Amino acid sequence: MDMNEIKEIFFQECEEQLAELESGLLKMNDGDRDPETVNAVFRAVHSIKGGAGAFGLDDLVAFAHVFETTLDCVRSNKLEPTQDVLKVMLKSADVLADLTNAARDGGSVDESRSRGLVKELEALANGELPSPSASAEAPAPKAAAKPAAKAPPAPAVKPTDDSGFQPIPFSFDDFGGEGDAGSDLPTYEVIFKPRYELYSKGNDATLLLRDLSRLGEMTIYCNTDELPGLEELDPEGAYFFWNVTIKTDKGEDAIRTVFEFAEWDCELTVKPLEEARADATSNDELPMVPVPFDLSILDETGATEDVAADARAEETAAAVAAAETASNVTQMAAAAARVEKKESAAAAAAAASAAAQNNAAGAGQTIRVDLDRVDRLINLVGELVINQAMLSQSVIENDTTGTSSINMGLEELQQLTREIQDSVMAIRAQPVKPVFQRMSRIVREIADMTGKSIRLITEGENTEVDKTVIDKLAEPLTHMIRNAVDHGIETPEKRAAAGKNTEGTVRLTAKHRSGRILIELADDGAGINREKVRQKAIDNDLIPADANLSDEEIDNLIFLPGFSTADKISDISGRGVGMDVVKRSIQALGGRINITSKPGHGSVFTMSLPLTLAVLDGMVVTVAGQTLVVPLTAIVETLQPEAAAIHSFGANHRLISIRNSFCPLVDVGRILNFRATQANPVEGVALLVESEGGGQRALMVDAIQGQRQVVIKSLEANYTHVPGIAAATILGDGRVALILDVDAVVGASRGQSLKAEMSLAAVG
Amino acid sequence: MSYTVKNLNEGDRELIAFRIGDQEFCVNIMSVREIRGWTPATAMPHSPAYMLGVINLRGAVLPIIDLAARLGMKPADPTARHVIIVAQVRRKVVGLLVDAVSDILTVTDETIQPTPEISSELERQFARGILAIEKRMICLIELESLFSETESEAA
Repeated sequence: MDMNEIKEIFFQECEEQLAELESGLLKMNDGDRDPETVNAVFRAVHSIKGGAGAFGLDDLVAFAHVFETTLDCVRSNKLEPTQDVLKVMLKSADVLADLTNAARDGGSVDESRSRGLVKELEALANGELPSPSASAEAPAPKAAAKPAAKAPPAPAVKPTDDSGFQPIPFSFDDFGGEGDAGSDLPTYEVIFKPRYELYSKGNDATLLLRDLSRLGEMTIYCNTDELPGLEELDPEGAYFFWNVTIKTDKGEDAIRTVFEFAEWDCELTVKPLEEARADATSNDELPMVPVPFDLSILDETGATEDVAADARAEETAAAVAAAETASNVTQMAAAAARVEKKESAAAAAAAASAAAQNNAAGAGQTIRVDLDRVDRLINLVGELVINQAMLSQSVIENDTTGTSSINMGLEELQQLTREIQDSVMAIRAQPVKPVFQRMSRIVREIADMTGKSIRLITEGENTEVDKTVIDKLAEPLTHMIRNAVDHGIETPEKRAAAGKNTEGTVRLTAKHRSGRILIELADDGAGINREKVRQKAIDNDLIPADANLSDEEIDNLIFLPGFSTADKISDISGRGVGMDVVKRSIQALGGRINITSKPGHGSVFTMSLPLTLAVLDGMVVTVAGQTLVVPLTAIVETLQPEAAAIHSFGANHRLISIRNSFCPLVDVGRILNFRATQANPVEGVALLVESEGGGQRALMVDAIQGQRQVVIKSLEANYTHVPGIAAATILGDGRVALILDVDAVVGASRGQSLKAEMSLAAVG
Repeated sequence: MSYTVKNLNEGDRELIAFRIGDQEFCVNIMSVREIRGWTPATAMPHSPAYMLGVINLRGAVLPIIDLAARLGMKPADPTARHVIIVAQVRRKVVGLLVDAVSDILTVTDETIQPTPEISSELERQFARGILAIEKRMICLIELESLFSETESEAA
């Protein structure tokens, strides 16, 4: 495995971490204060930073580091994750994603944006935000306040800690007043206790300690107390640990940074020396004897219980003292409340780590498989299905009784192949979650640009659909979201005037319905301005001025090519790409799109898409001796035309009357040039299909053979795109049948020539 | 399978020779994937006259070209005796309908004579040379030229 492969794995993992990061932040945004969520977010950034460091991706490391520091403040309850804070963090997550992509593909990122965010993050980390805890700390002397604000996480919330070591998260910022009395440089005591894992991962305690010595003057004391007798000694075990006293002005944060990549594999205690001494003496032991600061152990042993109580009392006193300097009664109450919180925090942390373990056990095991391999398997299964159908057909042809054991065996084979096909398709099925997550970023960005306040609610993001559908879904969905935010949702002022919540809501829902996936995009904006749409359509010559249209028909006008109602062409939408493009790409996926709108209450776009692009339910028909497949989703109904219902219209058009409305009759054989003259409609069957713009067409075919699920085969692979034909398939008799592109055929019947396209697509 | 054991010298080429009507043609053996019998093809709408349609080649959709019609000769009337040469042309696989495959030839570059100056544009467009073997005349065809660059790329 060479370096590039490892790097590729790193980037794949980055994608997962980024998704984790974003979903975690969004959860926090929705008011989730579970410490495990915060931890997951922190871990994601930390892992990206760690990996990026190994590959020398300095930009990424630098940004991730600042981000991590700020997250750390949230993790250790220094920073209240308010909406404002989370807004900055979500933006940072976006930049982190950009930086990762840039590192992978060599692109560039908006440097001013990332620099701005770095400043914002640093400001947050330094407590420069009007939150209660920050203002309580503000009056403390700066030298002490800074390391305190950046204080690292309490180890108790570390989920990887398997030693049973469960200290209480203990914040030292309340002791700020005492810290800076004494020597000119702050002195820290560091207890570094490596575990076996640290060495097994190739880390070296010597190197870490050497790094530490660069921070300032230090004395090291190696503690051998835990070294067992020879008979119990594990030759590969880790028994030594080190007490380091270091004088440095770099702060506690810098000390922690040294041990950063070993953090999970050692027990590390860093604290200002005075504190360490105070703890030690309160334990009635000599100052230099190493005592891990572990209050939970003290709690459990009854004999030292009052010591723990003392420590708590001390903490309360210090908190009160800090609050007094702020001379504010409410802050005093807040500070006291925080001490209360910390006591319950230990229990909460224990519960959280237990929950994390449960989660890890509950999550299904997954493997990473090359997509090509899955596709090859799917192709082979497609062959199997065809082969099985061919076999059945030839047995039926040769077996007159129809009850032989061969027949029964074949039926079982048919069931098995169907099951195999379903299972294989399930491999490609993926939840729509990644696409939905991308949308949340787009909503954020556009909301920012337009100065609107928008909340995106996603539902059913675990709904599964074929990967190809997911990949192709992102683009039309992005466009629709842009439209919804830019045109749909009103400005906060207008919303306030209309008596609505100033925060607009966009709701994105996915669900399965009758073998298809239904995606709904609803906004609570102004809805479609039908007068404006109608006027615009008239101005653009899309409809005649006196056209009598239903509300639904007017709403659907926005899907016509070249339609945009925005008053001004904004940077976000209205760049000449309209909803017609959205509609076309949805239709290219074999889907349908619809809009319903209520003036003043918003619009709902509903998309219905097939679950897979590999198979299709089709109606097998005969046209001029050729077998064609018409996608079932396009067909509204089938009917046998009567001579009386056919009316000639002009020179070569005919209409068919269906329940008192007239519908143009389209001869498929003529459109596809399979025959020179129009067939007699009475001898054939009409398929009523829904076409673009809501109108209906009756497609004339000679006969219907039946309905069947067919495996879609590309025509483009070896041939070329053929107008009027969507793809090919292989039928039970082993012959190729063409799948009709209903919209193209209908378009051709409107006078748009298929031949014009043909000249470009001709093949030799 | 005699051709696999032959030692090819530098400059040697192996060609597959086939018959269309009373003429013989050959193509580079390296572009030929397989040779199979004729099966009825599904007609394609709006296709040129030489495009016979598509067949199922073990799950892939394979377009079949009437080489006679493509070369400007009398279009073939496919029967079970016709054969399809499945060939790789650039990144696509196509089937070429011919009357029969006649030979596998090993030739050197020197034995390939230039195409004579004749007026037939069509033939000059495809022919890359002429071989004289045992009093027969065999025309070497370059398959890539049957499909212009743009046609292949467009799809």
